[in-house]
Amino acid sequence: MAVIPPAIDRDSQFFWDGVRAGQLLVQRCTDCAELRHPPGPACPECGCLAWKAEQSAGCGTVYSWVLSHHPTEADAEPRVVVLVDLEDGVRMVANLLGVPVAEVTNDLPVEVFFTEVDGVPLPMFRRRAV
Amino acid sequence: MDAIIAGIGQTEFSKNSGRSRLQLAVEAARAAISDAGLTPADIDGSVTFTHDENDESAVLTNLGIPRLRFSSRTPGGGGGSCATIQHAASAVVSGQASAVLVWRAFNERSESRFGQPTQGALDPAWSFHLPFGLDTPAKIYGLTFQRYMHRYGLTNADFGEYTVVARQYAATNPNAWFYERPITIEDHQASRWIVEPLLRLLDCCQESDGGVALVVTSADRARDLPQPAARIAAASSMYLRGGHHLFNYHHPDLSTFVEAESLAGELWAQSGYGPSDMDVAMIYENFSPVVFMQLEALGFCGPGEARDLIASGGIGPGGRIPVNTNGGLLGEGYIHGMNNIVEGVRQLRGTAPNQVAGAGRVLVSAGCSGLVLDRP
Repeated sequence: MAVIPPAIDRDSQFFWDGVRAGQLLVQRCTDCAELRHPPGPACPECGCLAWKAEQSAGCGTVYSWVLSHHPTEADAEPRVVVLVDLEDGVRMVANLLGVPVAEVTNDLPVEVFFTEVDGVPLPMFRRRAV
Repeated sequence: MDAIIAGIGQTEFSKNSGRSRLQLAVEAARAAISDAGLTPADIDGSVTFTHDENDESAVLTNLGIPRLRFSSRTPGGGGGSCATIQHAASAVVSGQASAVLVWRAFNERSESRFGQPTQGALDPAWSFHLPFGLDTPAKIYGLTFQRYMHRYGLTNADFGEYTVVARQYAATNPNAWFYERPITIEDHQASRWIVEPLLRLLDCCQESDGGVALVVTSADRARDLPQPAARIAAASSMYLRGGHHLFNYHHPDLSTFVEAESLAGELWAQSGYGPSDMDVAMIYENFSPVVFMQLEALGFCGPGEARDLIASGGIGPGGRIPVNTNGGLLGEGYIHGMNNIVEGVRQLRGTAPNQVAGAGRVLVSAGCSGLVLDRP
């Protein structure tokens, strides 16, 4: 499965370092405590530039999903892409693995795990037992 | 003082233009300046997209424009296409320029294709979706369309009803790539999946080579110009916190097009019109579902009612609100939305291939930017 590796800048370095270490890190404003994702240098709520990276448990539910045909290269195996509402309160895109397409639904409980795809460490989701 | 669109111009819309994007820009611009009854020396302002790869200096040099005293570029890709006219009108009304050339020109099929997965690969903001195979606009928008389908119980065949109408209009528009090539819903359903269960190939706009240009000037000046003026009765562009030019995943409810809702409020307030005053609506459709979501956001029907409006013939020839009478970006060509503005002007001039009789007011929406045009 071919993957386009992430382009990393100063604002997102912590997130991808976390992925390599097997941690899902989310920014929390040190002033107003608002969580945010994707990463950015300033808090949209209060404007504070100071933040810390906080580990998320990675539990959530599928908010939306699609089956991506021809991902990254022509005729590649279709992949389920999910937009997940994490219990922490932020949304995140990744793939859902191990669930047949016919069983993918909005509100499906999922949890994060980490795997290397095409040599690239990535966060992924799988079905979560509830 | 009002601003007007005084001139329109374009190249042919093709899959392989055989010439540089700069030449396409120059050809379209010359046509628009000439259509406005002006010469290059009359142009003193320019607007294009941030995405346009033609440099202002190169365009003005090749057109023989002596100097530009105003230039601007608009963000947001095609969603921001109508903002080009907003910028131009603002420059004219404020006195920063007297005649502004607006252009967009590219070889989007034969050179740099937006629908290729590696587009955006070097942008850190894209890295939170590209590695997961969410790698083309169709897929990136798909997560939003899925919530709309889910909320109202639509299927892909419902979206196909729009494509059938667009191809019907294109079939009688000699300017359209799909001229004389209408489709049936069966053709739509037989086209291959791009993003399942939302979008088939025939839900997606074309990839096109071509250029479009317009000239914006003041209403006072227009009285001496050869073409009937299209008055810019309203112009706005809308970006909301948490968004990205291709998506806004972080808004709580993705089943509504929140930028377009906010845009609608601006357009109707500025123009003093409402949806029922419009004779034609030109609605940017990189993918068929955005027509549904915009019809609702702009107030042409209630939430969840676009399916019935479209399936009952409401947007087709003779319908309650004819939409994308040129065939739109699916049927005519994809010049990043600018060809839809040109069609709006043609409708007001009475020269559109699928002319709506007596059209006097046109809405042009690109979702994140829009215009209301009328006759002064």
